[in-house]
Amino acid sequence: MKKILFIEDESALQKAFGEIFKQENYEMISALDGEVGLRLAKLKKPDLILLDLILPKKHGFEVLKALKEDTQTKDTPVIVLTNLEEAAEVEKALELGATTYLVKAQYSLEEVLEKIKRALGE
Amino acid sequence: MIKFKRVAEELNIPAQCRKYGLSIWQCPQFLFLVMGLVIIVSTLATYLIGRRYVEDPEKVALITFLLAAVLFIIAFVITGSFERLAEANRMKSEFISIVSHQLRSPLSNLKWAIEFLMSGRLGPIAPEQLEYFKILKENGGRMGELISDLLMVSRIEQGNLPLKKEEIVLEELIRKLIKDFEPFAKASNMEISFNPQAELPKISVDPSQLKVVIENLLDNAIRYINPAENHILGKETKRGKIEIKVEKRKNNIYFEIKDNGVGIPKEDRKYIFQKFFRSENVMRYQTQGSGLGLYITKVIIEKSGGKIGFDSEELKGTRFWFTIPIKS
Repeated sequence: MKKILFIEDESALQKAFGEIFKQENYEMISALDGEVGLRLAKLKKPDLILLDLILPKKHGFEVLKALKEDTQTKDTPVIVLTNLEEAAEVEKALELGATTYLVKAQYSLEEVLEKIKRALGE
Repeated sequence: MIKFKRVAEELNIPAQCRKYGLSIWQCPQFLFLVMGLVIIVSTLATYLIGRRYVEDPEKVALITFLLAAVLFIIAFVITGSFERLAEANRMKSEFISIVSHQLRSPLSNLKWAIEFLMSGRLGPIAPEQLEYFKILKENGGRMGELISDLLMVSRIEQGNLPLKKEEIVLEELIRKLIKDFEPFAKASNMEISFNPQAELPKISVDPSQLKVVIENLLDNAIRYINPAENHILGKETKRGKIEIKVEKRKNNIYFEIKDNGVGIPKEDRKYIFQKFFRSENVMRYQTQGSGLGLYITKVIIEKSGGKIGFDSEELKGTRFWFTIPIKS
C-alpha cells in the first residue's frame, strides 16, 4: 500500500482526503504543521507528499526546500496544494522542485486525485 | 546612513512612479521635478529678457521667482496629498487582497466537502438532495469567482499584474474555451460559431490572462440573452447566436465576438469598462455578476499592447473586439 503524507493545517481537508485515500487504498499520514510534516517525511518515507503552503511553524516553501535538500527525501514527488495563486509563488514552488502546483479553488477532488495517481506513476 | 538611503530612495523617481503604477508622464514626483526645472528656466529667462527692456531686471526676476516659489510650495503640498491618497488606496487594495485570501480557505474547504458528499463516496444520495447540493456547489463557485475577480482588481491597482508572455496560437485557445463553455451555451439555448482566418501567425501574450479576457467576453455574450431572439414558445424555437471571428489585420490579430443579446443602452456605454459598473438593463435580465469582468478585460488587453472596443444596439446585440500586436 502506497503512503501519502498530507501536510495541511485544515483538519476538514485532512478528514475528507483521509476518507478518499482509504477508499483508494492509500495509507495517509497526516501532519498539521510544517515541522511535524518535515519530521514525518524523513521518518515514514512516504511515496508522495501533498503540501500546503500557508502552514503553522514552518512555511510550505521552507518545508519544500528542506525536503529537496535532504538525500532521503529529495526524490519523493511533492504536490503543492494551496490557496495561493500568484505567479511568483507558482514559479518559486516549481523552482524549489515541486512536481505539480495545484490551486485549491481551480481543481475538484477527483482532479486532485487524478494528479496524485499520475505523480505516483499509476 | 539610513537617512541617506531614504533620501536616495525618494530621489529614485522612476521607482517611486512604479510604486504607484503610473507612467512617468502621469507621475506627480516626476512632474514636480519638471516644474522645478521650468521655474528655474523661466526665472532666468525673465532676468535675461528683463535686462534688455526693463530698468531694474533683478526686481522683475525676483518677483517672478517669488511667484514661482509660491506655486512650487502649492505643488509640493498637492504631491504630498497625492502620496497620502495613493497610500490609502494601496492599503485598500492590500486589504482586499488579504480578505480575499482569507476567504479562499474556508471556501475551498466548503467546495470540497460538498463535492465529497456529491461524489457518493460516503453513501448514496437521493436525487432531491443532489439538487440542493448542486445549488450549494454553484453558489460556492460564484463566490469563488467573485474572490478571483477582487484579487485581480487588487493586483491591477497595486500595479502588480504580471504578464508571463508566451507564443501561442489564439485559435487553439479559443476552440478550447468554446468547448468549456458549451454546456453553459447549450443550457442557455445559444449557438456559438467560430470562423478563424486560415494560417494565423502566433502572438506573444500571457495565455492565462488572455483566457480570462475571452472567458469574460464569452460569458457576457451567453449570459445576456434577448428573449425576443432566444426562446422556446410552443413550436417556435429561436436560438441565440454568437459569432466569433479571428483574423490578421495589419500588424495585429483581430478578435471579434458578436451576439444577438440584449445590447447595451446608449447612456451606459461610456461606463461599461468601469469597475463595479452594471448596466440597468443587464440587472433586469441577469442578477448575477460583479461588474468587474470588463474592467479586468480592458486592463489585460491594454497591458498586452492591444486595444479593445465595442458597438452595440439595444435589443439587437453587441459586438466586442480586441486586437493584439503580432510582434510585441
